[in-house]
Amino acid sequence: MTDKVITSENVRLYYGEKEALHGVNLDFKKNEITALIGPSGSGKSTYLRCLNRINDLIPEVTVTGSIKMDKQDIYAPNVDITELRKRVGMVFQQPNPFPFSVYENVAYGVKLAGRSKVSKAEMDKIVEDSLKKAAVWDEVKDNLNDSALSFSGGQQQRICIARVLAVKPEIILLDEPTSALDPISSYAIENTLLSIKKDYTIIIVTHNMQQASRISDQTAFLLDGKLVEAGPTKEIFINPKEKETNDYLNGKFG
Amino acid sequence: MNPKIANKIADAVIYILVAIVVIILALLIGFILITGIPHISWHFLTSVSQSFSAGGGIRDQLFNSIYLLILTLIISFPIALGSGIYLAEYAPKNWFTSLIQTAIEVLSSLPSIIVGLFCYLLFVIEFQLGFSILSGAIALTFFNLPLLTRSIQESLESVPDLQRQAGASLGLSRWKTITGIIFPIAIPGIITGIILSAGRVFGEAAALIYTAGESAPAISYSNFNPFNPASFLNPMRPAETLAVHIWKVNTEGVTPDASQISSGSSAVLIIVILIFNLGAHYLGKHLYDKMTASK
Repeated sequence: MTDKVITSENVRLYYGEKEALHGVNLDFKKNEITALIGPSGSGKSTYLRCLNRINDLIPEVTVTGSIKMDKQDIYAPNVDITELRKRVGMVFQQPNPFPFSVYENVAYGVKLAGRSKVSKAEMDKIVEDSLKKAAVWDEVKDNLNDSALSFSGGQQQRICIARVLAVKPEIILLDEPTSALDPISSYAIENTLLSIKKDYTIIIVTHNMQQASRISDQTAFLLDGKLVEAGPTKEIFINPKEKETNDYLNGKFG
Repeated sequence: MNPKIANKIADAVIYILVAIVVIILALLIGFILITGIPHISWHFLTSVSQSFSAGGGIRDQLFNSIYLLILTLIISFPIALGSGIYLAEYAPKNWFTSLIQTAIEVLSSLPSIIVGLFCYLLFVIEFQLGFSILSGAIALTFFNLPLLTRSIQESLESVPDLQRQAGASLGLSRWKTITGIIFPIAIPGIITGIILSAGRVFGEAAALIYTAGESAPAISYSNFNPFNPASFLNPMRPAETLAVHIWKVNTEGVTPDASQISSGSSAVLIIVILIFNLGAHYLGKHLYDKMTASK
């Protein structure tokens, strides 16, 4: 499994004049979990948000360099951003289900983004499958018509994952998905990610190093908008090449 | 002063201020209802008004008020919705946007008599719409637009950005995110805006005197042809509203029961506004449930 799904070269991002990412080169492999770690303000979330161009929503952000997905530059002018985002789903730090029912939350993306009509039976199946994959089906199956907001934070976050899965992405970005959750909910989300890994490429930003070591195959360490080092998680954690990585992992800063 | 005492004083002052507001409101509404309700009867609500003799009703005025409100909303809501969505979701933050904002605010602070005269000259005279419900509705749109636009804009803006990002990250276009997610979430706020602006429409008199007119010709409620001058649906007929009627009987009314009519009409007006508010809230909640819950 050495297929590179995403290759990025010299990615720089500017907020107005200020450069926040100073040329990041990083590749992601298919069906692996890559963890982006680093202290607050290291640019890991900012970088992640380049991969589905969600940074485009923020005015005055410019991105240079190249990010290629299946050899296609996603910042090329002819790219259909909505298509891109269907292929690259995203889960946010704060669980942000729509204030709709659980069923609608999962069905919404399919319903609104789909070009063809999906029958009720098909939709039921999509919703059930997605919630099962996100490992939250057993907890919500009897209350599919209740508002998603009536569930716990951890359940909401897994509903959000189900919502992403329903649109059938190839890549899933997670921006500190468990930082607002308790350890048990976090553990449930980690298991969810491990169980869906075989079908997706997962990139997760986390400030929780144990989490990164538990679930990721690859780890990339960012500091001050620069990539310090990247490689298989075991190597990075046991035998980091750079002193900064070592210091960070050993809690000397951050 | 120690913080505990300061806190207690602040609490007390706030309670007193709230009490003042509630008392003023209760006195005002209480006075209007107590003096007005005894004059309300089925006869009062269902008969036509009299110019000289006692015993006139407010049937047509009541209907005109409601019809005018509906027409005004039909004209102003789509425009306000469009501009509200533009300002909340599309407008870049620059001098042009703030110019629009300022223009809207200025529009909302125009004295109604001036808007009335302006609409009189432009629509009633120049465009030959005459004294008509339509002219009135256009004049009221001038008042309605700023309020409605503002409240729609604010309700859309109050939807957290996380929801927009969630929509975008699912591959929804901006338009689909707005119509499918942001707008349904904003419905309760938008309904409040409609209610506020409707209150203004029900209560407006000055601008209507010059546009919708102060006469209420006999109309037939069984004539459903909106192009027939006698039809109650005809938007081109002069139409005195309840608020204008109150103003008229108080200033130039010569009927012996002018003051009873005035008190009765005022009470009816308040009750109608109350019913409209409750109805709109109920409808809004229903709509919200329908758009956000499943099925």
